[in-house]
Parts: sequence; C-alpha cells; structure tokens
Amino acid sequence: MSTVDAAEHGAADHGHATNLGMSNEKLGMWTFIGSECLFFGAMIATYLLYLNRTNGGLTAFDVFDIPFTSASTFILLMSSLGMVLALDALHKRDMRGFQTWTLATAVMGMVFLAGQKYEFAFFVEEGFKLETSPFSVSFFMLTGFHGIHVTVGVVMLVILWALSLRGGITADKHTETVELVGLYWHFVDIVWIVIFTVIYLIPVG
Amino acid sequence: MTAIAENPSTGTLPRRRGIFPRPTKTTGALSWLTTVDHKKIGIMYGIGALIFFVVGGLEALLIRAQLATPNGEVLSADLYNQVFTMHGLTMIFFVVMPLGAAFINYLLPLQLGARDVAFPRINAVSLWIWVVAGLFVYSSFFFEGAPNGSWVSYFPQALVGPDPAGNLASDAVAIQQSRMLFYSMGLQIAGVASLASAVNFVTTVLNMRAPGMTLMRMPVFSWMSFVTAFLLLFAMPVIGIALWQMMFQIRFAGPFFDPLNGGDPVLWEHMFWLFGHPEVYIMILPAFGIVSEILPVFSRKPLFGYSAIVFSGIAIGFLGWGVWAHHMFTAGLGPVADSAFGIATMLIAVPTGIKIFNWLGTMWGGQIRFTTPMLFAIGLVSMFTIGGLSGVTHSLVPHDTQQHDTYYVVAHFHYVLFGGALFGLFGGIYFWFPKAFGRLLNERIGKLHFWSMLIGFNLTFAPMHLLGLNGMPRRYYTYADGMGWNFWNAVVSIGSLVIALSFAIFVINIIVSRNNPPAGADPWDARSVEWLTSSPPPVHNFDDIPVISDNDELWYRKYASTSDEDAPVRVAAGGSDDENPGGPYGDRVSGKTAKELGIHMPDPSWFPLLLSLGLPIAAYGVFFEDRITMTAFFAVGGILTFGSMLGWALEPSAEEDH
Repeated sequence: MSTVDAAEHGAADHGHATNLGMSNEKLGMWTFIGSECLFFGAMIATYLLYLNRTNGGLTAFDVFDIPFTSASTFILLMSSLGMVLALDALHKRDMRGFQTWTLATAVMGMVFLAGQKYEFAFFVEEGFKLETSPFSVSFFMLTGFHGIHVTVGVVMLVILWALSLRGGITADKHTETVELVGLYWHFVDIVWIVIFTVIYLIPVG
Repeated sequence: MTAIAENPSTGTLPRRRGIFPRPTKTTGALSWLTTVDHKKIGIMYGIGALIFFVVGGLEALLIRAQLATPNGEVLSADLYNQVFTMHGLTMIFFVVMPLGAAFINYLLPLQLGARDVAFPRINAVSLWIWVVAGLFVYSSFFFEGAPNGSWVSYFPQALVGPDPAGNLASDAVAIQQSRMLFYSMGLQIAGVASLASAVNFVTTVLNMRAPGMTLMRMPVFSWMSFVTAFLLLFAMPVIGIALWQMMFQIRFAGPFFDPLNGGDPVLWEHMFWLFGHPEVYIMILPAFGIVSEILPVFSRKPLFGYSAIVFSGIAIGFLGWGVWAHHMFTAGLGPVADSAFGIATMLIAVPTGIKIFNWLGTMWGGQIRFTTPMLFAIGLVSMFTIGGLSGVTHSLVPHDTQQHDTYYVVAHFHYVLFGGALFGLFGGIYFWFPKAFGRLLNERIGKLHFWSMLIGFNLTFAPMHLLGLNGMPRRYYTYADGMGWNFWNAVVSIGSLVIALSFAIFVINIIVSRNNPPAGADPWDARSVEWLTSSPPPVHNFDDIPVISDNDELWYRKYASTSDEDAPVRVAAGGSDDENPGGPYGDRVSGKTAKELGIHMPDPSWFPLLLSLGLPIAAYGVFFEDRITMTAFFAVGGILTFGSMLGWALEPSAEEDH
C-alpha cells in the first residue's frame, strides 16, 4: 500500500474559492457557536426562573464559595491567553512554543475541571444534590454541561499537542485547525463569564 | 470534531488508518453505507421517510379503526395512547422532516451549482443518526412500551404511569420511566442529526454557490431550505435542553417539572413550544419552496414576485419565534401575554398570505399544464389555505380556548401538515423523480394518486372540524354512543382507508414506472440549473460549474432574447452538446469519472455510520438504575462515537489520487 501526501486539495471547498472568502470549516464553526448560544441560553433562562425555588434546602448564599470559584474562573480565563499564544507561536513557526502553550492551555482547562469536580463533591456532601430542588438541579445542569464543553475542548487540545509531538501539526497546513479549536475554546470561556456572573455574582451582589 | 477534521498529514501516513481501510466500493450495499454523496444520502432519506410513512400510516389506521364506532374495542386505552403518540412522533420527526431533508440534500447543491454540500461526511452522519434515532424510538415496543404522552408529553401527566389501577404503583412508575426515556433520548438523538444538517446547509448556502449566483438569484427552494436550516439551528438546542431536563426529571429525580417538588410544568410547555412552533415552519417551508419551483414551470411564467416570496419566507422564519405561546392559551398565562401572542399569530398570516397570492399570480394568465406535480402543487395552495384560515381562528384567544384539545385542532394541523407539507413533498417527488432516477413516473397513475389522495384527505380531515366544534376531545381512546359523533367518525375512518389506497397507488406507480423510457436532462422544460445536468446526475453533478446570470438560469439559457431582436435565442449550456440524447441540453455524462476530469470529490468513509451507532448504545445506558451497567453502556457507546470522531478527524476527506 503506497504512502500518500497530504490530501490538501481543499476537498471540502472542492478547490474553489468560497463565496464569503471564509473556509467552510470556519463558517461551520461560527454557525455551530450560534446554535450553542441558544443551548446555554435555555439553561440560563431555566436557572434564573428557579433561582429562588430551593424547597427549603440550601440557597445560593449558603453553598457558593466565591473566592474559590473566582480562582478557578481566573485560571479558565487565562487559558484563553494560552490559546492565543499557542496560535501565535504556530504563526511564527515556533513549534516548541506551540507545544508548550497548547499543553498549558489544556492543563489550565483540567485545573478548572478539577475545581468543578471538587465543588460538586463538596455540594453533594452538604446535601445539595440533583433531587434537592429546582434550583439545585438547574445549577448542576448548567455548570455540568459547561464542564462537558470544557472537557471536549481539553480533549481536542491534547490531541493537537500529541499530534504536534510527532510532527503531525505544521504551520503551513494546520493553522486553521488550531484557529478552529481556539474559536471553540474562547467561546466556552466567554460562556463561563456569563455563567459566573449569573450564578455567582448576581445572587450575592 | 470539525475542528480537527480534513487534516492528515505528515506525508508519511499510510492509506490504511487505524482499523478501517478506506472503503472504495461505488456500487452495492457497502457503497450506500459508506457514501458521502449528497444525492445518495438524499435518496436514502427519502426511502427511509417513506418506510416510516407506512408505519405511521398503519398507526393512523389503527386509531381510526378504534374510533370508527362508539365504544370501540380494537385497542386498549394504554395501547391507544402509545399508538397515537407514535403516530405523531413518526409523522413529524421521521416522515415530514426527513422528507424535507431528502429534498434539501438532493437538490441544494444541484440548485446552487455546487458539487456537494459543504461537509459531505457530516451530511452522512446526519442521515445515520436520524436512522438510528428512529430505530431507537421504535425499539421501545420491545421493552415497557412506546411513549404514551402524545408528541407534546406535558408534565405532570408524563410522570403518571399507565392505568395506575391495573398496575402496582412501583411498576407503573418503572413503565412510565422507560417510555418517557425513549421519548427524551430518542428525540435527543434525532435532534443531533437535525443540528448537524443545519450547520451543513447554512454553510453550503453561504459558501458554495456557483459563480454569479447571488443570494437573490438563488432558486426559491434553496432559499426556503436556507431559512429552514436557520430555524433548525436555533430550535434544536432549545428542545435539546428541554429533553435533557426531562431526562434529569425522570431518571435522576431532578425536580424540573414536578409540581410536588417546586418544579413548574409550564416551563416544559414554554421550552417545548419555543422549539415546537418553529418546528411547524421547519416542516412546511421546504414544501413552500417545492411548489415555488413547480408552479412557474407548469405555468410557463417566471415566479410572480420572487423577492416578495423570499422575504415573506424570511419573515415567517422570524415571526415563527414569537408565537409559541398561542399553543398555551389555556395554560393561564394572563390576558397581556395571551393578547400579545394572539396578535403575533395574526401577523404571521400576512407573509403566508403574500406567498399564496404570489403563487396565484404565478398561475394567473399562464399556459398551465396540469401534470401530476402541478396538481399536487395546486393541492398544497388550496388545502394549505384552508388549514391556514382555521389557524387564524386560533389566534382569537376565546375561540382558541373553546377549541383547545378538540378535533378542530386536529383538523387544522392536518390541513397544514398533510394538505400543506405532504402534498408539496409528493409533488416534489413527482417533479424531481426523473432527475433522481432518470425516468418519469406514470402520469395517468400519478393523477389517480393525486385525486384519490385529495378525496381521501378531505374525507378524513374536513369532518374533524365539525367533530371538534361539536366538542369531541382529541386523544380520548373512545367515545360514548349518542354524542352525535357517530356519523362523522365513520366518514373519517372511511377517508383514512382512501388515503391508504392512494399511497398504494403511489407505490404501484413507482413499480410500473421503472421501465419507462429515459427522461432526459430536462423533461419538464424547467427553469433552474439542476435540469442542466444529466438525469441522474454524475457523482460530481456538473462537468463544468455553470456561471449564473439569471434567476431562471436554465430558462434564460434556453430562451433569452437578445436586445436587438425579440425572438428567443437559445444559449448553449456550458459544456453541453446539442447532439446528446435527452433534449438540447441533454445528457452530458461524459463517460469519465470525476477524477479523470480532474475533479476531486470526497471519498466514502465508515466513520459517519460508526459514529451514529454509538449514540443509541450510550442512550440505552440511561435505562439502568445500576451504576455499573449504566457506565458500561456509556463507555461502549462513547468509545464508538468518540473513537469514530478521532478516526474521522485523522482521515482526510479525499484521498490523494496521484
């Protein structure tokens, strides 16, 4: 079986310039992100509706630890900076820098996830569970689905990192791939800014 | 997964990647299972939807057998609830939506002058996920029974087990859990397919148009597909969240909708209809696009008010988001909300009316040919208008309150969905059948199909208006004698048999038409560029991508008049040969493969099919109380799905061929 070169014939674009001058992949990612806004929007709306329906259980004032979550939020937001630096390193053909920053971004994502896992376990121990109240289940669903999105992002970053170790990522061919992962990653971070504001800051402020 | 797709490559990757060699078959069953060709995918969507149409139709016949006489005993109350729920779910999610998707898949790239959709493999994954979603929902019959809460599955009724008197309370709860999990997980899986299609079609329309095809030169069907894709894009995540909430409520006792624990059942209604109302436009807009293609061809006139039709389609898309609560006038939202949603509902009649008058304007003074597709198109215009008018009566809140949950509502939505969407879609089948399969359907049998369907349809659904106004409630499994409903119920049941007969005529038509002579590229003297290429089109659609200079590009090429003389002058189609069989712009099959012509088409792949198989496996895990079993199912399904994503991402869309 013969070896092949990269099939970089722009197969998805069929070798033609696209109408918008933006690749199909990037336009598709933006379209998908548009859809995600409604996905999180529906959960945020539910959360706001159920904010005060605590069934006599723990309320927002009882459970949330603002300093702890602020710290993990800061780490997640810094991971966006890591993503920018990774892409920048790729633009400069600095593969070492790319590997470093990609891995750093993934690790920051993992730290955030670990913080969320700790927070969830702590809440459950306190008696704040899925079945406690409409408020509790809305909280777990909103932050949990965000956590799943972060997990998917971490997996993509780790794959990028692993591929780049064996030379599978090059500045000539994969800048856009990295850009797409970056788009997704920044979106997940931006959603967290909204969620953090809605969940942790509004009830307290 | 798109993020890291389409990128192989260090130059040393072997052709065999991981477990699977690249499938190379171009004929036979394997080629259909691994295809990424939008035309094959469209055909499979169509065949699958027609199979589900038979299933959903049989369910309808069961319902009508039960209700043909008072105190019917064909079905038990429990079975009746399952059957009418599955009838609704089947017809909406597994017949009308995918039939629309079949046309969009098949026609969108052809009408845009493109060689395929923007993401051919995502297109394949949409198809397979849809198929497994249908099989998953129907597998419920092998467990505790099918969902039984109607397609809306309102709470708290969705929490109540069947016939609590006949079952132990704990059994009833377990049965109901299983049924509602099939509802929530099944529709969730189907929603993933729709969302993937939506991203694909939006990107295709925005990025893949042929040179010269501005947005306002797109055929109306492409425009309506574009609007539909946006509706799907924004409606699917909303129902997705609602279905997750239902799953959390039922499986993990998260009290989203349980009023005993502080939950609000009306939230489910809002979330459901915030999806559910755009959903009705998702079902009807492709049919509107189809008749907007058919009417000009058989009136030999350009579409009257092209831009008005396009903009009214967009307006319907926008307004469709602001009317969901008219399904909830009896939920007690208060007079202000009721009035606001009532007025918004009246507003939506305006763009719909604009469309209808433009279709009439298209036919007005035209040289009308009453072919089968034309009859179905006229059938849509007239039957949908009846359904639309009864819909406007629902915008009057007191009127709607009176009719709520009666057969009047059933009559209304069957007039728009059957008389509207299905008539349009059948018209589309007759119209584009020669393009897809190279042969015309038999006209005489086709007309018999149309007239029997029209008569059966009106016999079935027109009397339901009377039954509803006389107070017959929907969803009841039987009714007492002496209510004054006996006669019309008998008529309705006879009508449903006529519809079944008409579908049998359609099947016969397909069978007898398989030996018809080749239709040629342009059998109808049509107007848009999908008729420029051969029937059926080659894999790469067009040898040369057409350059578009007019709304009715093919018509312009055939009959454009020069500025000096008014006599029509034929304009040669790019790369066409007048000596070819099948008409002047006829059969342009070059006898060469796409690769010989230097056209790179995406190669078939196993990964879309494998990815989709993981989803129902993971979904079955939700049914187990036992954490270990649940996790095992999640793991197997997850490995299959995410492993396929990884394989997909590392597999190039098209192999190098030199």
